[in-house]
Amino acid sequence: MQRPDLSNIKQWIKPESRVLDLGCGDGTLLCMLRDELGVTGYGLEIEPENIIQCLRKGINVIQRDLDAGLSDFDEQSFDYVIMTQTLQAVHFPDLLFKEMLRVGREGIVTFPNFGYWLNRLQLGFGGKMPVSKSLPAQWYDTRNIHLCTVKDFENLCHAHDIAILERVVVDRNHRGNISFLPNLLGEIAIFRCQTGDEK
Amino acid sequence: MSEPFPSDSVGLVEPKKSAFSEPISLISGRSLPEYELVYETYGELNAEKSNALLICHALSGDHHAAGYYENEKKPGWWESCIGPGKPFDTNKFHIVSVNNIGSCKGSTGPNTINPETGNFYGPDFPIVTVKDWVKTQHALMQSLGIEKWAAVIGGSLGGMQAMQWTIDYPDQVGHALVIASASKLSAQNIGFNEVARQAILSDPDFHGGHFYSHDTIPRRGLMLARMLGHITYLSDDAMRAKFGRELREGQLNYDFNVEFQVESYLRYQGQSFVNRFDANSYLLMTKALDYFDPASEYNNDLVAALKHATAKFLVISFTSDWRFSPERSKEIVKALIDAKRQVSYGEVEATGGHDAFLMPIEYYMQLLSSYMDQINEEVQG
Repeated sequence: MQRPDLSNIKQWIKPESRVLDLGCGDGTLLCMLRDELGVTGYGLEIEPENIIQCLRKGINVIQRDLDAGLSDFDEQSFDYVIMTQTLQAVHFPDLLFKEMLRVGREGIVTFPNFGYWLNRLQLGFGGKMPVSKSLPAQWYDTRNIHLCTVKDFENLCHAHDIAILERVVVDRNHRGNISFLPNLLGEIAIFRCQTGDEK
Repeated sequence: MSEPFPSDSVGLVEPKKSAFSEPISLISGRSLPEYELVYETYGELNAEKSNALLICHALSGDHHAAGYYENEKKPGWWESCIGPGKPFDTNKFHIVSVNNIGSCKGSTGPNTINPETGNFYGPDFPIVTVKDWVKTQHALMQSLGIEKWAAVIGGSLGGMQAMQWTIDYPDQVGHALVIASASKLSAQNIGFNEVARQAILSDPDFHGGHFYSHDTIPRRGLMLARMLGHITYLSDDAMRAKFGRELREGQLNYDFNVEFQVESYLRYQGQSFVNRFDANSYLLMTKALDYFDPASEYNNDLVAALKHATAKFLVISFTSDWRFSPERSKEIVKALIDAKRQVSYGEVEATGGHDAFLMPIEYYMQLLSSYMDQINEEVQG
């Protein structure tokens, strides 16, 4: 299945750059970046099945828990640190996000927008936790423990003096960029960021 | 003659021997005028000679890594991983498994004859290091007409040899599989080795290493060394699961004979080891472990050492291994990342302690197989 956020990310990555992919899953993104852009780097992943899939693709993958942080990665040692659809599943998303921008010259984050109108409809009128294609799990078995909206994420960036270099908000069919009421009409948000003092 | 070997075994094997008449100078400053290496091979070398793997053994291991000897029931020490359809697939790869010098399993060592004296080397055998071993393995490689290993593979002390290969002969190693290993021993780890050595050295039957001419062996010392080692190769949980506080005779006798099952087990392990291992070799092997520190040649900078490597790495550790803990493997991984080398790392959930690297644990086997499949694709071009 083609993930809509991945091809957006690809457009932002310079060829031959060095990338760290946090929660790299089965290595799809890194594989694409390697084959199409000559990118090198590593994925961090915790699930054994995903590690095996990465190895089968010839992707460098390091088994580790993102909640343990990135303290043993040197400052600015990667061109990009990427985290797709994982921010909402870690214990300390704000700390990890700041760590991403310490380790990488730029950080790219994608997450499901909890402010999407269908989510609001399910919660506001249906009175139920939203379940959709981008949020497929039930409340009791979801990995997502820190869901946020586009607005929430932007507030986090402002509070920590993080510069938003680019923002794309799309629907799950990869239609976008949605610039009109993105926090209401966008299903998936993709941000490219940098720490404020880097500007 | 058809033998009832399992279909995923390489079956009947025989050791081979190569003699090297060029003197070799060793890290210790001493040298050997000549030496022999025993080794085994499994699987066919392809026409391009591009599918060769080198297996490096650990402390008490040897060249007999897979298959069966005539009239022996027990297969080689890594039978779980080597054979047709196994992670190190003999249908795809040509595998060379070599016994290191200083060992006591056929290659030149304390229990072989010193050509200069006509007697056993015994305690006069020079101290050997991982770097020395890699040098001899390189000589064997040349004699076999192999120009590059598709991979060098080892667990524990074997993993150290794989690492050393990538630094000393970077162009001749495609991949290194470093399993349950470390870039250097911790003080605690050296401490265990020292207790083992003292057990041997203080045994009156050791005779300063000249026990051969006294027609005896330092049985008690070697046995103690192995008992200690064995405890450190298992995990607390594994010992609890295997023995608990189970009594041998169902009751306490309030004396110093064997009462708990674990005591009986350790004594058995120690005693059987005495019959298959040489005390001088045990001293040498533990020293090689202690001395290993490739960073020491590079200002104690492991990153600088590993910048010489061009191989891709697979590093694996086991959660219950406290003798070569996951932390030690993570140090290797971090240094490789900082050196901008290609590395993957898997941490296998296992109760078996350090010995887990010899066990056919499903996820471990999958890690090895999926990585080796990639190497096979590279080899096939």
